[in-house]
Amino acid sequence: MAVVKTTPTMVSIPNHFCPGCGHGILNRLIAEVIQEKGYEKKTILTLGVGCSCNMNGSWNGDKIQTAHGRAASTATGVKVARPDLLSIAYQGDGDAYVIGLAETLNAAYRSEPITVFVINNNNFAMTGGQMSWTTMPGQVTTTSAHGRDTSLTGMPIRVPEIAATFPDVAYVARGSVHSAKEINRLKGYVRNAIEAQLNGEGYALVEVLCQCPTNWGMSVEKSIQWMEKEVVPYYELGELKGRRK
Amino acid sequence: MKKMWKGNHAIAEAAMRAGCEFYAGYPITPQTEVGEYLSSRMPELGRRFLQAENEMSAIYMIFGAYACGMRSMTSSSGPGFSLKQEGIAYLCANNFPSVLVNVQRWGPGLGTLDSSQTDYLRDTRGGGNGDYRVIVYAPNSIQETVDLMYNAFDVAEKYRNPVEILSEAALGQMMEPVEFPPFKERKEDLGWTFDGTDRPHGRIDNPGKPGALRAKVEAIMANEQRWENYMVEDADYVFVAFGLPSRTSRNAVDLLREQGIKAGLIRPITVWPFPFDAFKEIPGTVKGIISVESTDAGQLVEDVALATKRMCRGNVPVYGLFSGQKIPKTKEIVTYVNGILSGENKEVF
Repeated sequence: MAVVKTTPTMVSIPNHFCPGCGHGILNRLIAEVIQEKGYEKKTILTLGVGCSCNMNGSWNGDKIQTAHGRAASTATGVKVARPDLLSIAYQGDGDAYVIGLAETLNAAYRSEPITVFVINNNNFAMTGGQMSWTTMPGQVTTTSAHGRDTSLTGMPIRVPEIAATFPDVAYVARGSVHSAKEINRLKGYVRNAIEAQLNGEGYALVEVLCQCPTNWGMSVEKSIQWMEKEVVPYYELGELKGRRK
Repeated sequence: MKKMWKGNHAIAEAAMRAGCEFYAGYPITPQTEVGEYLSSRMPELGRRFLQAENEMSAIYMIFGAYACGMRSMTSSSGPGFSLKQEGIAYLCANNFPSVLVNVQRWGPGLGTLDSSQTDYLRDTRGGGNGDYRVIVYAPNSIQETVDLMYNAFDVAEKYRNPVEILSEAALGQMMEPVEFPPFKERKEDLGWTFDGTDRPHGRIDNPGKPGALRAKVEAIMANEQRWENYMVEDADYVFVAFGLPSRTSRNAVDLLREQGIKAGLIRPITVWPFPFDAFKEIPGTVKGIISVESTDAGQLVEDVALATKRMCRGNVPVYGLFSGQKIPKTKEIVTYVNGILSGENKEVF
């Protein structure tokens, strides 16, 4: 029997991401899982500042645009007011791990019953490619023009590993959109992170490694190769904290 | 029957009576008792208290909850209230209501724990980036704090704008007899809030924003000015003072009148919108307007000068008594007026 795949309603509007960007893939996976659960009219997405802002024009569902770094706090407030709804924070690494590191870790520490998705593309993409805490050693960005010198700026940050150490956190995983195989795995992580909230298990975080050809100054193909060679070995993929059975 | 209540506890209980369902905040002297009280009171009523990791996080929790229509508030003081300014700008940008409490302490930076009014200009002018205003109530007694808090959520929701209670350290810490209004609850849907269905949120797109802000500001200025005048109609010298300095200023009016000096008092209850209309009662024979405030270099005096220019004929001199990190004493105020009469004290504007 032929399998018919339709576009999930929440990503039915064309997005505004750059060609080759991986954001759209994560958008679609989240939309698919929400639709699977029947939550299209019962979800509030809190958008961070950065490339996530693009979703104001394309995410076909309820969404709140919050301030840079404050999505975890905003999504916490949403969940307090509407525990019956799905409260999701959608952020980039600059938003969640740099300016919003306090909010991200504190929400995880308290195990706020929200789901947080963080796109990690190793740079501040919306402002034109500056260094992030996730920028790889030696990586050239507009604010690490000679390559990131980690002796001055620190090694790339691994927030999911930290969040996974908090005793009350329900679910933590890191996926990637650089291959079909990883996209399929990521779908499972997205599903777990959403189910964890729907079942009242607590805080869930999924980080998603994502190519950024525009700001990396590479073709899509080169970007994927660079991710496989440099990023994935440092940012190990898989579940860092599985759901309690 | 009236009972003795501490200011910070009373404002917290009044918020409960007004239907507040959610509080998020971070401790800072001299407002810590607001959160402490609510941490025990709110669970009793099946409501939610959340101790946030910092003041910024707290304001965004309120932002998220009020986006969904839940009556929510936060409180702080000094540098803590400064940290909330970014979030207040976001609340205003989105036309979200909210109730904020600032129990002022003196000075910039860490400042001190002394009672003061040194946040006046920031709080009446918006405080964050962009053009917006927060409706600011400045009570001068604990009963009035309770009464203003009781209406704060209704006003915030009516205009879809934050409402702030601008208190002072001493007003938060002292005790006075208080009577509380009954519990109330807003049951109806506000219509625009986030509920997952992506219904219209009354969002105003960019080209329309300046006009919409102007219309809102004009409506609030027209409808929400509140004040109390005392012996203004025949006064030669009119004090303008809000909060605790208004209490000693009122005493000074009585003392000066005993000395044969016709003094009066305009007490703004809303400091934004500033009660320009209160100045209508000032007689044409007035000799001077005197701003009495717990600031260092004068803040309220700027609004007093603007109101005097708009509402009084001629070039009426505007003086300022700035008491710094304490409440001006009645005697100091009387002495200051005598200094005006002797020509020793000069006008500010």
